[in-house]
Amino acid sequence: MNALTRAHELTHLGVLEAEAIHIFREAVAEFERPVLLFSGGKDSIVMLHLAGLAFAPAPVPFPVMHVDTGHNFPEVLAYRDMAVDRAGVRLLVAGVQEYIDDGRLHERADGTRNPLQTVPLLDAIRTNRFDAVFGGGRRDEEKARAKERVFSVRDEFGQWDPRRQRPELWSLYNGRHRPGEHVRVFPLSNWTELDVWQYIEEQRIVLPSIYFAHRREVFRRDGMWLAPGAWGGPKNGEPTEVRSVRYRTVGDMSCTGAVDSTARTVPEVIVEIAASTLTERGASRADDRMSEAAMEDRKREGYF
Amino acid sequence: MTTLQEPRLSTGSLLRLATAGSVDDGKSTLVGRLLHDLRVVMPDQLAAVERVSRERGLAAPDLALLTDGLRAEREQGITIDVAYRYFATARRRFILADTPGHVQYTRNMVTGASTAQLAVILVDARHGIVEQTRRHAAVAALLCVPQIVLLVNKMDLVGFDKDVFAEISADFARYLERLGVDDPTSIPISALRGDNVVEPSQAMDWYQGPTFLQHLEEVPPAPDPTEQAARFPVQYVIRSGERDYRGYAGQLVSGVLRPGDEVVVLPANRRTTVAGIDIAGRPVDEAFAPQSVTVRLTDNLDVARGELIAAAALSAPQPTRELTATVCHLSERPLGVGDRVLLRHTTRTVQAEITELVHRIDVETLAATSNPGKLRANDIARIRLRTATSIAADKYAVNRHTGSFLLIDAASGDTLTAGLIGGLL
Ligand SMILES: Nc1nc2c(ncn2[C@@H]2O[C@H](COP(=O)(O)OP(=O)(O)O)[C@@H](O)[C@H]2O)c(=O)[nH]1
Repeated sequence: MNALTRAHELTHLGVLEAEAIHIFREAVAEFERPVLLFSGGKDSIVMLHLAGLAFAPAPVPFPVMHVDTGHNFPEVLAYRDMAVDRAGVRLLVAGVQEYIDDGRLHERADGTRNPLQTVPLLDAIRTNRFDAVFGGGRRDEEKARAKERVFSVRDEFGQWDPRRQRPELWSLYNGRHRPGEHVRVFPLSNWTELDVWQYIEEQRIVLPSIYFAHRREVFRRDGMWLAPGAWGGPKNGEPTEVRSVRYRTVGDMSCTGAVDSTARTVPEVIVEIAASTLTERGASRADDRMSEAAMEDRKREGYF
Repeated sequence: MTTLQEPRLSTGSLLRLATAGSVDDGKSTLVGRLLHDLRVVMPDQLAAVERVSRERGLAAPDLALLTDGLRAEREQGITIDVAYRYFATARRRFILADTPGHVQYTRNMVTGASTAQLAVILVDARHGIVEQTRRHAAVAALLCVPQIVLLVNKMDLVGFDKDVFAEISADFARYLERLGVDDPTSIPISALRGDNVVEPSQAMDWYQGPTFLQHLEEVPPAPDPTEQAARFPVQYVIRSGERDYRGYAGQLVSGVLRPGDEVVVLPANRRTTVAGIDIAGRPVDEAFAPQSVTVRLTDNLDVARGELIAAAALSAPQPTRELTATVCHLSERPLGVGDRVLLRHTTRTVQAEITELVHRIDVETLAATSNPGKLRANDIARIRLRTATSIAADKYAVNRHTGSFLLIDAASGDTLTAGLIGGLL
């Protein structure tokens, strides 16, 4: 037998899956009121899938929460409702729109609503007394995330302090926190974008249609293809055209860009990603381009 | 020339590694070089690095910028915390724990090394083995990292001299021998130019060994965890009313389990048999480390989180309330005899008291100082503890999962200390 092959050896996906399930179970065992952030994006879909595996044959023992910017893709909202129904979990929606309507938040000049999610999110965590919040953050996404812990303590204002993060050793996760504080838990910490896609293929996980190539009316802004919609685009002088595109992340329509693509299936997407020349966030999130330290600043404020 | 066809598509195994080196030895440059040559770095990231390098008036893009994460670090110009990087070749996936080399951050190295199957230690060819190198090697040996690799960097600054490399490697091997580690691998590189990182060096034809990346692809992975005795810390009890289901959820940290296996539940010391094993709610014929599974037992035992299901064998751990351990103190809060803390071992948390500080270890000289007073951040020491209730632990050298623990401050919740039961030093 080859030294590199063993009778019992998990593939890298098997190792990542086992680790994620372990993290879910640790959090459920150690916290009283966990919740899973569910956007209908591929990372949150994979998380819900893993949560199902972790607790089978019992149902997933926590609700899911969607922070709805009010500018979501209709396909994604439809998918969200279907997925939640199938998993038999309770869905909570925290709506940015309500906050804008009653004046607690103000629309930004650029129309981008992703940065506005923080306030409704933290309010919902507080009013529901959630003490653990599962997020789909991956360390490969961005430099500031590379140091994120699997269990990341937030103070009572939901803020993240890089100096207060606990050293994390072996697979011993320390989730102790004071009343009013909560812990963000990241089961996909060690996954890369490609791992997520390969796992989706391996497990035959169904995704919202916008992840695959489709024809859509789009216009160019800041080097990205944006979709027109109720959120306000396009502005004068931004001509639209119909192109074959897909999305690599799903978020607020005002700042989630599509990429040119002909990939209609998961394997085709994997081939495109492997050959791609832009990182996931660089390609499709306008809000991350704002500054070199944009992500870090938002994390301090309690963003995902 | 490149050995990589589909660098980002791989379904092979996973190797976790940790890097360490003193400030300015070139660690950030090395990691940046690796990511760059493996094309993990995308043009948009590279463009950002080029822009910042220009703004700082540098002649060439500073690849170290690729790995500098947080604002505080950028301000201080040093890496201050463990950062994780991901890369892949056609043969393997890699998770790299990038740990800073600054002297007060031994704890970061300990953190990175705790999960590593391979430790990379970097030295500057002009300076050779220095205090920090010895510290890092000692930490890697202490944490039982199965493979240690020395990279002698900046070979371009010593004229790619074979003798310089030979002398440093020999020095390093001698020090490791004192730590009980044989035959470390040494590789001469220039991270700046890329020699022997991914591509073989044209300037050092006297070196016949593998490049750093080849070595990473070829080293046998850590000792096979499935060859050890089965250990299964219970995380959570899954009940499902409909089928009267009660299963114990957890991750098999070592060994193989099959239905029918005789096991012992510790620390209560109750013998029973595995009735069945489920993965994702479906029964399987066997489970092996590191799978996350659910185990059903034949007897109607009431097993709870924190108990350990172990193969019923002479090697099963003896429950105890007295522990001797080598620890690395991680926190600014000092630790002394009589201190009460929480001890987190596998999925079990118990109260504990420090009963003795046996000695502190100077990781550079390996000399022991008796009666060390209080332990301070980054101290490595041998201590004794008593726990309020028993725990079932293995020696760390035998099993990293059931042989390790954390000490936690009950009031603040902070992680204070990392402990290795038994322990080398
Ligand atoms: N000549 C030469 N300089 C190097 C090499 N590797 C790194 N350096 C330089 O050494 C300095 C410190 O490198 P850096 O990667 O920031 O070190 P770190 O503190 O260990 O992360 C920088 O000026 C690098 O350009 C090398 O192989 N040859």
